Parts: sequence; C-alpha cells; structure tokens
Amino acid sequence: MGTKRSEQSRREFIKIFAAAGGLFATSLIDPFNAVLFAVEKPADPSKPWWGFGIDIEKCIGCGRCANACKSENNVPKEPFYFRTWIEQYTIKNDGTVKVESPNGGIDGFVQTVPEENIFKAFFVPKMCNHCYKSPCVQACPVGATYETPDGVVLADETYCIGCRYCVQACPYGCRYIHPEKKVVDKCTLCYHRISQGKTTACVEVCPTQARIFGNLNDRNSLLVKFLQEHTCLVLKPHLNTGSKLFYNALSGEVR
Amino acid sequence: MEQHYQHLYEMLSQGVGYVYPNEVDLQWGLLIVLYPYITGLVAGAFILASLERVFNVKTLKPTYEIALLTALAFLLVATMPLVSHLGKPFRAYEIFITPHSTSAMAIFGFVYLWYLMVVLLLEIWFDYRKDIVLWSQQEKGIKRWLYRVLTLGVTDVSQKTVKWDDKIGYFITVVGIPSAFLLHGYVGFIFGSVKANPWWSTVLMPVIFLFSAMVSGIALVMFIYMAIHFLRRQKIDMVALDTIAKYLFYILILDFTLEGLDQIHRIYEAEESFEILSLLVSGRLYLTLFVFQIFLGTLVPLLVLAVLQFYKPKEKTRRILYLVTSLMVLFGIFFMRWNVVIGGQLFSKSFYGFTSYKLRLVGSEGLLMSIVWIVIPFLILTFLLWLLPPWKKFTKKES
Repeated sequence: MGTKRSEQSRREFIKIFAAAGGLFATSLIDPFNAVLFAVEKPADPSKPWWGFGIDIEKCIGCGRCANACKSENNVPKEPFYFRTWIEQYTIKNDGTVKVESPNGGIDGFVQTVPEENIFKAFFVPKMCNHCYKSPCVQACPVGATYETPDGVVLADETYCIGCRYCVQACPYGCRYIHPEKKVVDKCTLCYHRISQGKTTACVEVCPTQARIFGNLNDRNSLLVKFLQEHTCLVLKPHLNTGSKLFYNALSGEVR
Repeated sequence: MEQHYQHLYEMLSQGVGYVYPNEVDLQWGLLIVLYPYITGLVAGAFILASLERVFNVKTLKPTYEIALLTALAFLLVATMPLVSHLGKPFRAYEIFITPHSTSAMAIFGFVYLWYLMVVLLLEIWFDYRKDIVLWSQQEKGIKRWLYRVLTLGVTDVSQKTVKWDDKIGYFITVVGIPSAFLLHGYVGFIFGSVKANPWWSTVLMPVIFLFSAMVSGIALVMFIYMAIHFLRRQKIDMVALDTIAKYLFYILILDFTLEGLDQIHRIYEAEESFEILSLLVSGRLYLTLFVFQIFLGTLVPLLVLAVLQFYKPKEKTRRILYLVTSLMVLFGIFFMRWNVVIGGQLFSKSFYGFTSYKLRLVGSEGLLMSIVWIVIPFLILTFLLWLLPPWKKFTKKES
C-alpha cells in the first residue's frame, strides 16, 4: 500500500509539475512574437485600412500609371527602378508563356508574337502588395520598414541602412535600392496624397479605371464593392504574405 | 552613377526570359559571398579547437592554439565585408541600438559580439594568461609593454590560479561549442528564412551552413598548420595532421550527405520553382556547382581522404596530398557560398527568367576589394602568432 500511495503522489506531483512547466513555457512564447509573426492582426476596424484592386480585364497597357508614378514620386527614370510597372503576358497556342515589360510599360507595348500563334494576351500592372504580414517588414534589421496603422508599408529613408535584406525578402520584386540615395525605395501608395484625402497618382491617370484604391474597412468603398462583385485573387497566396493587392481575372500564369 | 547605369544596361541585355524590372540590379555580390565564407571559417576552426579541449582528442594538441588564433583573426574581419557593402555604412550601429526583433539579420551583431568578446577572447586569454605574465617579465621593449597591458593587471601565476585558468578555459570552450553552432547556424538562417526565394528557403540551410563551416574551418587550420611549419622549417607532427584529416573526412561526408538530401528533397517534391531551379543548376550555375563545388571541392577531396584512411603512403606524399586537399576543400566551400548567395539571385522571382552577375575588378564590391578582405585575416594571424607564439608557450615546454 505504502509503495502504491507514494507512487500515486509522485504521479500527481509530476502532473502538476508538467502543467506548471507547460504554462511557464507558453508564457515564454509571448516575447517571441517574432516567431509567430504570421498571425499578427490587422488594425482597428473603425479607421481606414488601405488596399488596392486591379482589374486585369480593363487594363489596356497604356503605361500612364507607371509614368505618372515616376513623375509624382521622383523615381529614377532608368528602366531598373519602378514603384509600379506593367507586364504583358502572352499565352501562345503551344502553352508557352511570354512575359515582357520594356521600360516597365511606360513607352507602351508592341506585340512580338504573330497573332495566329496567340492563345490569349493580357496586361498585369504590378506594384507593392502592401501586405499586412509583409516579409519585408519582418526582415528589416533596424525597423526602417514598417506598416502604418492604416495598412501602408513604408520605408524610412533617413533610417534605412541599405542592407538590401528587404529587397531579397519581397516575393514580388517591388523594392529597389535608390541609386543616388543608397537606401531602399518602394511604393508608398502615394501616402502624401492619400493622407490628404486624394487618390494615388496611378489611379488618377488610369483611363479605364483598371486600378481601384480604397478602404477595406469601409463597406461602401469602391474597393470593397470591387471585391464583392468580382472573383479576386492575390499573387503568390501560398506565401501567406497577407497581400492587400487584389486582382480580378488573374490568370494562373501570372507570378 | 553613369558607370553604374551602363553596367545595368549591360546586365539587362544579358538577361534571359523575363525578370522583374527591379531585379536587374543584383543586390548581394561577392562581398556577401565572403561573409558566410569567413564566418564559417571562424566557426569551423573553433570547433576543431574544441575537439582537443572538450572531447579530449590529445593528438590534436599541437593545433589547438593555431586553431583559436585563426578563428580570432578571421572573426575580426568577418563583419567588414558586410558593413562595407551597406548602402549607408555609417548607420550600421543602428543594428545594435534599435534591433528589430522579427528580423533574422538584426541579431547577428549580438551573436557576433557574444562570440568575439565572451567566447573567443576569453578563451584565448585564459589559455595564454600564464605565458603573458611570464613574457611580460622576460621580453624587452615594446613587446614587454604589450604583454603588460594584456595581463590586465593580473600577474598571479601560482599553481592554484593556473589550475583555475584551465578550469575556466574548459568551461568557456563548453559554452563555446553551442556558440559556434549558433554563430554559423544563424548565418544559415538568414538565408534559409527568406520564403520569397525557393533556392534559399530550406529548413536544412542552417545545418548545411554549419557542416560546411566545419569542413572549411578544419581545412583552413590544416593548411595554416602546414604553412607555419613550412615557414618555420619545423617538422610537422604527422599524427596531428592525420587526425585532422580524419575529422575532415568524416565531416565532409556528413556535409555532402546533407546537401545531397536537400537537393534530392527538392527534386522529389518538384514544387512550382522546380523548372527554373533545374535550369539554373544546369545553366548559369553549372561550372560553379557541379565542377567547382561538387567535383573539385567535394568528390576529389573525399576520394583522396578516403584512400588515405586505409593506405598510408610515406610522409612527404601525404603532406602534399593534405596540402592539395585542404586547398581544394577551401576552394569548394567558397563556391558553395557563391552558389547560395549569387545563385539565389540569378533567377527571377517570377520564375520566368534569369538575371546576370558580372564581377567587377575595382570598386568597393569588386574583386580586388574582396581579395583585400581575404588577405587581411592572414596579416592579423601573422601578428597574433608573433605576439602569442604557440611554440613558445611555457605550459607546452613543461609537458
């Protein structure tokens, strides 16, 4: 009997100890939010939370958005630096895909594939996805890249050390190192304009309303309507970046 | 600036298929290849030193101090390629002042400092403390002053204190082994955690980096050990050399197996990125991956070392074989880093094309600058060997 009782109390002790240990271990997890980055929640629903929509069916590849962006935001004119650009996708009859973006589409496009070989062709404007679980924000070693409470991913040029880790971390190729400033540069969603109640430069100049800027927290916004009325997808959803750039009519070939 | 644009136009013309426009400018060049390479040499050399101390491999005793000093010489330079590569090098201190907790890169400064200040410097100091005190009494001129400073005011060399030195040194080595693992596993994590890049993003990356670090560090100590003895016209301790070669052989097998596993896994799963990556390895990486890294840097050394485990030719032949093998391994691991860092940037994240990398001769990212960063550790090592010559240690003479 005596052995049995002491064994039982030992078992109890181990149980309590394990429970306490488990609790202690979980409490330790909290400071390691770093590891649990992917579950961070979006901001306060009563305030704006900016997102963006692109209707591929409407884009005509005129390149005015990319051009306006460069002028509005002083993006270097050379064809290696873009905050937004347009890609021309041509799916040939044999199933192969041809993608082009000469000078980001600013000078327009010329279809080089003979018409009889084309299965379908379309334009895809690209820009920062303003992800809410963005890999670039996660990667920045000094916190120079951050997400604003209204859901815009920005980079502080007075703080960036130019390590380029965020450029590597962005799956969409939306960042570049400014050749003169030597720090990272990217789409700000025209933060200087939207904070004054205006829309972005690229939306402003789009002749076909292929670009939709809006507040995801506002049920009546153009963007939310666009999302309700169309079947929208984000780029590279398997990477779980929390992208807030939604495409209508996004074909599987687009990466 | 014009030159930079000209370079980019050239790269643009050499691209194949489609790359995102912002990808034409390749971000991490030769300097970032050197960073994991040099850090790996440090971790590897330290682990070799620990073998003697903690695991009591007595035959490695003649290489103990050389391995430690080599690790220090390279560690002092390890951050230089990184800092000089930054767009704003003078803001580098921000990493220490405001580290961003979610960043895999932010903690490097602390891991580095821990390793340099707490592990390596302390271990070397405790190992040499008695000698430094005695040298500060015997030597003359500037050396005497240097040793005086290095004693840090502690001049007690009674048997009891020396015994404590040894105990503390042992303890630091025990702490040092996981630290060395941390140092280089961490460097692997910087690459392995980039989910945007399928060539980097593998959970095995830290482990592979660790084992390749050990391989390169052991090969480096082997080479330096032979070079020192050649320059000092001393007879090499062949038992020590054979033992190092044995460990190099074992760890090279492990390293090769892990890298093989990684690639087999990649091939078998054949995810979305598979086509572009197979084009990458059979195209732009063919020479550096299959010829330099795998054939010259791994298979040939493995074969030589395997044969030497069973058949021992005469000493001179063995020495030459070891010398060639160690250099080939160092060459191979360099290209392993190259294939990771440069290879990971040669394909577009659109998976529709390839960018190009052209090494420039001059400039802060050029070949000449990189050679400087490789030569400097050897100069530091020469200085360290002059200041703290392992062959003049008193403890050695007594034993």
